[in-house]
Amino acid sequence: MDYEFHWNVVFQNMPQLLNGAFVTLHVSVLAMLLGVVIAILLAIAKMNSTRFFSQVATVWVEIARNTPALFQIYMAYFGLGAFGIHLSPYVAVLSALVFINAGYLTETFRGGFQSIPSTQYSASKSLGMTSIQTYRYIILPQMLRRIYHPMTNQFVWSILMSSLGILVGMSELSGTTQRLQSLSFRTLEFFIVAAVMYFVITKLVLFGSSLLARRLFKGEI
Amino acid sequence: MISVQNVHKSFGDLEVLKGVSLDVKKGEVVSVIGGSGSGKSTLLYCINAIEPINKGKILVDDVDVHAKETNKDKLRQKLGMVFQQWNSFPHMTVLENAALAPRIVKKMSKEEAIEIAKKELEHVGLGDKFDVYPTKMSGGQQQRLAIARALAMKPDYMLLDEVTSALDPELVGEVLDTLRLLAEEGMTMICVTHEMGFARDVSDRVAYFHEGVIAEIGEARQVITDPQNPLTQKFLSKVR
Repeated sequence: MDYEFHWNVVFQNMPQLLNGAFVTLHVSVLAMLLGVVIAILLAIAKMNSTRFFSQVATVWVEIARNTPALFQIYMAYFGLGAFGIHLSPYVAVLSALVFINAGYLTETFRGGFQSIPSTQYSASKSLGMTSIQTYRYIILPQMLRRIYHPMTNQFVWSILMSSLGILVGMSELSGTTQRLQSLSFRTLEFFIVAAVMYFVITKLVLFGSSLLARRLFKGEI
Repeated sequence: MISVQNVHKSFGDLEVLKGVSLDVKKGEVVSVIGGSGSGKSTLLYCINAIEPINKGKILVDDVDVHAKETNKDKLRQKLGMVFQQWNSFPHMTVLENAALAPRIVKKMSKEEAIEIAKKELEHVGLGDKFDVYPTKMSGGQQQRLAIARALAMKPDYMLLDEVTSALDPELVGEVLDTLRLLAEEGMTMICVTHEMGFARDVSDRVAYFHEGVIAEIGEARQVITDPQNPLTQKFLSKVR
C-alpha cells in the first residue's frame, strides 16, 4: 500500500470538525423534539374516528416510511425551491428529518398505546380513578417504557441521516468534512475521523439513554 | 345494599343479561356460579358501571349506578373489584400499587396512604413484599395484591370476578383463604366463581346463572348439595 497517512491537517482543522459535529447534534435534537410533538398529534389523529384526521395521518406516515430520506431532503431543498420557497440547507434538512421522525414515531406511539391491555383501564377505573388519573399514573408511564428504546433508535437514526446534509451544502459534520477534504486532498483521513466522531456521538447517546432508563424505569414490564 | 333490578345487557346483537334481579344485603356473601358465557362476569361489570346496561336498574346504597347524574368514579370507591387476570400495575412496587388510589383518589397524605396500604398488604399476607415489583411474584401473590389494593380503598362491597380461574392449582388455596378471612370479617361480597367448595362453605347464598338469567338462587349449601332446578343439577354434575 503506497498511501501515506497525514493526520496533522485533520487535527489542525479539529475546531471546524467539532463545530460540524455540534451542528449535527443540534439538528438531530431539534428534529427529534419536533418529531415527537408532531408524532403525538399524528398518533392521536390516526386513532381518531374522524376520517379526515386519520387519513391525513396515514398519508403522512406512509410517505415518510416508504420513501428515501434523500428524497425528502431534495424535496425540501430543491422541490420547495422550485415553488419559490427557499429554505436554508439547515432548515431543509431539519424539515425532512422532522417529517420522517414524525412518520416513524407515530407508529411507535400508536403501537405503544395499543399494547397496554384494556384490563389496566378496568383495574384503574374500579379503584375510582378518573380518566385523567388513569392516563397520568397507569397508562402513560407504562407506554413510555415500551416506546423508550424505539425512540432512542430513532434519535440515533436521525444523527446518522443528518449526514445527508452533505448533499445540499449543509455545514454539519459530513458537510464540513467534505469541504475540508476537498481543500486538503486528505480524503481518507478526514472521513475516518468523521466516522469515529459519528460513532462516539451515537455511543454516547445510547449510553446516556440507558443510564436515564435505569433511573426512570425501576419496575419491569 | 346492592339491588339489581331486572337488568338487561347486550353486546351488539348478543343479549348477555336477560332480566337479572338480585339483592345483596350488607354483610352477605353471594356466590355466582354458572357456565362460561352465562353473563355472570358481565353482571359484576354492570354493578361497577364499567359496562353500561340497556334496561333495568342497579342501586348501590340507594344510588342509581347508571343514572346520568351519578358520579361513577366516586361510586366505584365503594365497590372494590378484583379481576380474573390480576391486573397489578407492573411499573410500581407492591406498596405503590396499594397506596396509589388512596393517595390520588381519596387525596390522603402520602404517609396515611402508605400506612393503610401496608396494613392491607399485611392483612393478605404480603407484609414482606412491599418493595417487590409485582411481575416478580406468583399469580397467587399478585391476586392477593389485587385484593389488598381494592381493600385499601376501604370499600363497602367487594366484587370478585373468577379470581382464582387464572391461577395454577397449587396457588388457588392461598387466595381462597384470603377471601375466607374477608368473609369472616363481615365484608359484603359478590363472588363469581368456579370453586364449588368455596361457594358452599363461605357464601350465604349461591345464584346459578344460565343463559343470562338466574335459574336458581338459594341458601348456599342447599343450592350446591341439593339443587332444585334440573339445569343446576346438570351443571353441578358436570363440574364435580
